[in-house]
Amino acid sequence: MSMPDKKGHYGIYGGKFAPETLMPALAELEAAYLAAKKDKEFTAELEFYNREFIGRPTPLYFARRLTDHLGGAKIYLKREDLCHTGAHKINNSLAQVLLAKRMGKTRVVAETGAGQHGVATATAAAMFGLDCEVYMGTDDVARQSLNVFRMKLLGTVVRPVDLGSKTLKDAINEAMRDWITNVANTHYVLGTVFGPHPFPMMVRDFQSVIGREAKKQIMKFEGKLPDAMIACVGGGSNAMGLFYEFLEEPSVKMYGVEAGGLGIERGKHAARFAGGSLGVLQGSKTFILQDEDGQIELTHSVSAGLDYAAVGPEHAFYHDSGRIEYTYAVDEEAMEAFDLLSRLEGIIPALESAHAVAYCLKLAPTLGKDKVVVVNLSGRGDKDVMQVAKIKGVEL
Amino acid sequence: MSRIKNTFNRLKKKNETALIPYIMAGDPDLATTKTLILEMEKAGCDIIEIGAPFSDPLADGPTIQKAAIRSLKNHTSIADVLGLVADVRTTSKIPLILMTYYNLIFHYGEERFVNDAASAGLDGVILPDLPPEEATVLIPLAKKAGLDTIFLLAPTSTEDRIKLVCRVSQGFVYYVSLTGVTGARAGAVQSSIEESLKKIKAATDKPVAVGFGISTPAQAAQIAHWGADGVIVGSALVKVIEEHVGTPELLVRAVEFARTLKQGVLAGHGN
Repeated sequence: MSMPDKKGHYGIYGGKFAPETLMPALAELEAAYLAAKKDKEFTAELEFYNREFIGRPTPLYFARRLTDHLGGAKIYLKREDLCHTGAHKINNSLAQVLLAKRMGKTRVVAETGAGQHGVATATAAAMFGLDCEVYMGTDDVARQSLNVFRMKLLGTVVRPVDLGSKTLKDAINEAMRDWITNVANTHYVLGTVFGPHPFPMMVRDFQSVIGREAKKQIMKFEGKLPDAMIACVGGGSNAMGLFYEFLEEPSVKMYGVEAGGLGIERGKHAARFAGGSLGVLQGSKTFILQDEDGQIELTHSVSAGLDYAAVGPEHAFYHDSGRIEYTYAVDEEAMEAFDLLSRLEGIIPALESAHAVAYCLKLAPTLGKDKVVVVNLSGRGDKDVMQVAKIKGVEL
Repeated sequence: MSRIKNTFNRLKKKNETALIPYIMAGDPDLATTKTLILEMEKAGCDIIEIGAPFSDPLADGPTIQKAAIRSLKNHTSIADVLGLVADVRTTSKIPLILMTYYNLIFHYGEERFVNDAASAGLDGVILPDLPPEEATVLIPLAKKAGLDTIFLLAPTSTEDRIKLVCRVSQGFVYYVSLTGVTGARAGAVQSSIEESLKKIKAATDKPVAVGFGISTPAQAAQIAHWGADGVIVGSALVKVIEEHVGTPELLVRAVEFARTLKQGVLAGHGN
């Protein structure tokens, strides 16, 4: 099965719902990407930077104490938190900036929620010598001040967005508006498997290195494929990156974990498959959180990176087909998982990744000791330490 | 023949350019919008573009974003806007075009929308985030209902896209005068517009209206002088409304501004 189709559709999802100004740029981007993919020089260069700059392959680490604690399936962590800059986001940012450079663009823009994609893009732009501006909702600027400063250190201009929900969705709107205005010299480094075609496909491809590595690693350690895999789903790039290589392995169960926030009540969560419906937002037809008039609803999650009203179109497709099962973890469960992994494994996870760990805490004990679960630890929690302290009422 | 086509034909005979003002429905309330439409018609406006507010208007600059926020305070919906159109239709025949984002129409239901729109007396629809490629359901439905689907071209459009949009656009072709979002721009309009207009007009006999960034009578005059069949002014007018929200002057000032814009296009075409 090869998806998307030529128009960027995943079944009824996806597509290219973009203003006319961007339509030629999207076509140009698709052509450039498809050509680069076939170009040995480009793929070799990307491999070089993946290895030497990002530090790939990342380990697939057996979490012995967590496994013992839960008493069920063996748990492996795919350590994307060990990527340079601290999350899987750099896999995509670096590749897109490399592509932008190849296309002759001199400037990149990006949106960011938790700040990880912003930092990753700022990093890649610094390394390749491109100008960079990152849009970030003012709510996220407040809760991720560390990443804001990191971006500034990297020479990026951070543009706070004080509109709408003041989070990721609004940052994407502003980044798109910037791209519409400066399309001649600018590439928009979209950070997840979302937006108009070819972004969902391209970002998936750039992130699929996660699953390719994990497959080799688990075969080496266990001599078999995992029985289950778990990843958190905001836009869904780390999940797509891990799952893609395994989609046609029917024995591997896959779980995408959305942000349940304060519970599945209007405006209190970001679980699109639990509380959303079919719609079109920011270039893509997919599941979105919207009210009875089709206005996009406010979302909430303790994790800025999952705090988003729409989900990648390919996820919507696999939701319907049943290939991937979607569930959610509420803020409190994610916080518990954050604490537990820190204490048992010496790994402080990003709050986003803690959602995947939270579901693992439920799933692993229900599986036999002969079963194997892979959890995508998409990012590290350093960026969240201040916020967690605040939630716990600890003054630093 | 559609009311939009009729209007352009009538103006062409008089060697006149259409002035197409844009206002946000429900900014600050629907009663004001209705009065504005009727008064702008009296002031010489030829076609009215009515915005329906969307929470995430990614082709719009700050002025229209803020107007949408004001309107959404009253939860203005597509049904409300169609109600407004029906209300205006009881006394006026001025062509009315809805400009909004696709999710609102998709969520309302495309078939239900074109039918309700047609019975309300709406003449056309502009959806800046719906390119022809994704409009394969809406186009035939709208055609059947007699609703014009107006598509956009931009300075970045390739030859192929100019052909495509000129072929599928009904009523007129909307040329986006700059690479950017909506919003008033100071100074002279870009001289490349003249060349682009020639290129588009060579590809189609349909009327071509120019919008985005046009904010003064002088700019409107220049666009008319270059041979546009219509000039669309949004943000500059919405700004006048914004500056007078809550004052009795709103109506007078907005209508007066529309009148000067119409004088601009008349002067431009006469040049």
